[in-house]
Amino acid sequence: MSSTSYRQLTVNGLWKNNPALVQLLGLCPLLAVTASTVNALGLAAATLFVLVVSNASVSVIRSVVSDTIRLPVFVMIIAAAVTATELLMQAYSYELYQILGIFLPLITTNCIILGRADAFARKNPLPAAIYDGFMMGIGFGAVLVLLGIIRELLGTGALFADMQLLFGAGAESWRLQVFAVDYPFLVAILPPGAFLVTGCLIALKNQIDRSAEQRAQLKAEAPVAGSKRVRVTGTVS
Amino acid sequence: MSLLKVTSPHAAGQNRVALVMRDVLFATVPGVLVLTGYFGPGTLVNIVFGGLIAVACEYAVTRWRGRDPMLAISDLSILVTSTLLCIALPPYAPWWLITIGVLTAVLLGKHVFGGLGYNPFNPAMVGYVVLLISFPVQMSAWAPPRGLAEVPGLSETFLHLFAPETIDAVTAATPLDLLRQNTGLLFDDLMSTSPELSGWGGIGWFEVNLAFLIGGLWLLYRRIFTWHAPVAMIMALAICALMGYDGGSSESGGSPLFHLFSGATMFAAFFIITDPVSSAVSNKGRLIFGALIGVVIYLIRALGNYPDAVAFAVLILNFCAPFIDHYTQPRVYGTGRPAS
Repeated sequence: MSSTSYRQLTVNGLWKNNPALVQLLGLCPLLAVTASTVNALGLAAATLFVLVVSNASVSVIRSVVSDTIRLPVFVMIIAAAVTATELLMQAYSYELYQILGIFLPLITTNCIILGRADAFARKNPLPAAIYDGFMMGIGFGAVLVLLGIIRELLGTGALFADMQLLFGAGAESWRLQVFAVDYPFLVAILPPGAFLVTGCLIALKNQIDRSAEQRAQLKAEAPVAGSKRVRVTGTVS
Repeated sequence: MSLLKVTSPHAAGQNRVALVMRDVLFATVPGVLVLTGYFGPGTLVNIVFGGLIAVACEYAVTRWRGRDPMLAISDLSILVTSTLLCIALPPYAPWWLITIGVLTAVLLGKHVFGGLGYNPFNPAMVGYVVLLISFPVQMSAWAPPRGLAEVPGLSETFLHLFAPETIDAVTAATPLDLLRQNTGLLFDDLMSTSPELSGWGGIGWFEVNLAFLIGGLWLLYRRIFTWHAPVAMIMALAICALMGYDGGSSESGGSPLFHLFSGATMFAAFFIITDPVSSAVSNKGRLIFGALIGVVIYLIRALGNYPDAVAFAVLILNFCAPFIDHYTQPRVYGTGRPAS
């Protein structure tokens, strides 16, 4: 694959086709576990790992599996990857594993993973499939973590609390009290806050896209200096 | 002689946004006066402080969005939003509660969707619900009525916004709270044993609702809105209350009169659900819209976890308004059934 299509994969995963903000896939964990940064980070890492592993496996066996039975096969692969992730998290960050609870096994049913396996990995060679999985995972994880940061900040006035769950005892001091709150702004931590913040993020992304488009249009329409073929009815600055 | 070329309509319209909004503000006056009379100047201070915050916020946001801030403020819609929200807030609320509520209403309720006329939800109720979910303790701290406690003065109340220790925090259960907490008393016994519950809707509450009813009837007379939604809501609430009355047993959901004249019933019926933007559009649609709000209010009051339910009911039905509109499209004159 050429380098331009790798760039396309990057842009697609991180921005243009972002799983969380554009495809609106995987909303269940997105809304349920992003009440704090550490939870979001944990689930983001788990999803990233599963995406890369499942994309790679699907790509490797893509010529062997017939179309008619591909979906059950993909689901089995994904479930195996999720089980491995679960066992890993039990071993290395047991408390976070308990906090994430049902949302860890639920990664199996996350549409992003099956979607990427079916739409991309089964038609593309191994390196591209791995790269796509990685970029989609990063794009999804970035939104998860951003949501976690915003909601934790609004809800508790602090950032990066309980990071020791993920990074060991040394990370206990990472907690940053940005402003003091007497009463927590509960709505940010409760599920409605997840919907509200996600909606605002989507609106923000659309607005950024739109103003970029307008700028590009203006640039394209601007007459070239010195050109005599452009008919201008207004003033040109 | 030169003829002025003027096209119809020739009379100046009476329905400019600012005029409508001004009438709504006028119509809240009796209700606010009675609230002040019974519960002290807390609501008045809420309205003044909330209004200042709202205007400042509206100015900043419209400027940022590249609109004319003066035009946006002069249509008074922002003052109506903040006034309705501040009437609903408990008197003697701390400054940050009012500020968060007003900012939520203006930003999340209105401007996120594109400003006046584009909001799918009633902005004041968006602000109220966000506060109710976030700060349940502060939001359920309603003041006791005059006669049961000392009512603070105006200057003390202003100081209280920023220095909560100025007034001893006295809170009392509202009649709806008392009804919710009732365990084992017959409805009539409950009414006669608790001092707050004299009259039809509790001390002060009957008069407050009556005042909002009068203000609302004046708006109806001025043709600011049609009768459909308020009448449907009041009827539906009364019918539901009648069905849940249970002969006044200890399990009673309260009498219909109690439900009509306690809590925020009349305020909601004439000032909240008549919002032209977020309610249903056709007359038939408004009947359905209002009636369903009445039903949801009763269900949440009788079975839910929150004592009063207006804000939730209104938001839920705001969700349904486009759906109701879809099925109540009036027939275009001269055509058959509407295309649906």
